[in-house]
Amino acid sequence: MNPPRRGWLKGAGASIASLALAGCDKIATDPNLVKALAGAEVLNRRVQRLIGARALAREFPRADITPSFRANGSTNPPDADYQAHVASGFADWTLIVDGLVEKPLALSLAEIRALPARTQITRHDCVEGWSCIGEWTGAKMAALVGLAGLKKQAKHIVLYCADTLGGSKYYETLDVVDVVHPQTILAYEMNGGPLTVPHGAPLRLRAEHYLGYKQAKYVMRLEAVDRFDHIGGGQGGYWEDRGYDRFGGI
Amino acid sequence: MSSTARHVRRALVERHSGLVRLTHWINAVSLLVLLLSGLQIFNAHPKLYWGAQSHFDRPWLATFAVAGQGGLQGVTRIGPVRLDTTGFLGVSRQHGVQVVRGFPAWLTLPPQQFLAVGRRWHFFFAWVFAINGAVYAASAVLGGHLRRDLLPTRDQLRPRHVLLEIWDHMRLRFPKGEEAKRYNVLQKGAYLGVAFVLLPLMVLTGMTMSPGLDAAFPWLLDLFGGRQSARSIHFVTASLIVLFFFVHMVMVVLSGLWNNVRSMITGRYAIEVAASEPAGEAS
Repeated sequence: MNPPRRGWLKGAGASIASLALAGCDKIATDPNLVKALAGAEVLNRRVQRLIGARALAREFPRADITPSFRANGSTNPPDADYQAHVASGFADWTLIVDGLVEKPLALSLAEIRALPARTQITRHDCVEGWSCIGEWTGAKMAALVGLAGLKKQAKHIVLYCADTLGGSKYYETLDVVDVVHPQTILAYEMNGGPLTVPHGAPLRLRAEHYLGYKQAKYVMRLEAVDRFDHIGGGQGGYWEDRGYDRFGGI
Repeated sequence: MSSTARHVRRALVERHSGLVRLTHWINAVSLLVLLLSGLQIFNAHPKLYWGAQSHFDRPWLATFAVAGQGGLQGVTRIGPVRLDTTGFLGVSRQHGVQVVRGFPAWLTLPPQQFLAVGRRWHFFFAWVFAINGAVYAASAVLGGHLRRDLLPTRDQLRPRHVLLEIWDHMRLRFPKGEEAKRYNVLQKGAYLGVAFVLLPLMVLTGMTMSPGLDAAFPWLLDLFGGRQSARSIHFVTASLIVLFFFVHMVMVVLSGLWNNVRSMITGRYAIEVAASEPAGEAS
């Protein structure tokens, strides 16, 4: 076979392969099909809640803390409001707690530091597959939410964040059962020092049953809700709106 | 006395029960989807580590891209060994352009890099695979399939017999007649190893990667030496299952493609039996 003809054949073969892959892509990402597959998330959530909603995640000795804890997502929020807070050392940072609560709150960082706190050395698991061990100190969410008093209708807590990522504000949702877990804290310290900007200064969530994308950084407001389909893209979080499971425990 | 003329005749025997056949094919489809979506998930961070966490400066396995002459070069490093894997691992072509990714598009589900959707496929079929496997294992233990068909008999375990089978296997001589009715000892070892060691290991190491399940079952972390070790073992075990698949395919073809495939679909398997036919009536 002469070279030009072989080149043509090779090209045709590559085109067919390319078309086949594009077809496969179309089927594998078909919205209805993916929605059906997402049914497994319900099973994951139910089973995990049944066997270990209250179990504590493993805590590690101080020697296991990594010196190179990776920061993902926003590492320096471009938002002007946030940058103004950085410039003033977060002196005027206020955490709003509202929605389906008995007593809406606006707490300063000093007031949050005065709440019952917990320190834990835990493993952070990124959805990409890597893990890093770090120490976190923060206010117990149970105490914080208890201060505001959840109304009976409240099912989820929405965490609104200061950072804009890829054109949208970051946000997350937790279920009430996760909020009262003893290891669920709003951390203001990491590895014994103040939380740094790449890791979510001045406040970030730690909910140790879950993957990294649930651990919202730069938290400004907690809203207790009975539904979240009107918030953001309606799926219960920034990454959830982009196809990730809201459960995030696997 | 009658004289007998011996000749060979083919007889169909019942080889696989309906449940074995059904679970076999559900397992095959699940494993294919799990493998391809698993490689999609691997590609999100195509590096493997030992221990609880990722020491980013020392993965034991890594695929990445470096600038080479005339474009990007795909590199795979396994321990101290550095391989040029351009076109397959690290760098491959997608729609005619070079892209940086662990495994190539034709080996991942979905083909494009889309971790969220890869996870949807993986976790759905993980349930299909685990439930199917549990049904198979329970019926194998309780229904006698394990004892009757899979556990080697005493005579099969005699060293002399094992050596003979290895020698026959190396010459690709397959058992005939009565012997063909049962699995040989190498087959039994391979099937037991896959069904009762490798496949359960996939489920357990997969569970160990879930932070929620780690809280509920902390012994999983101790069993595998941490989450990153579990991720590595998950990958290595999957590779061994792929290796088994290729050997399985070769053996299916060499020992009678149609006969084997039919037996796994209809249950019936043809064996050659020496038939005795009376040549004449005694006077």
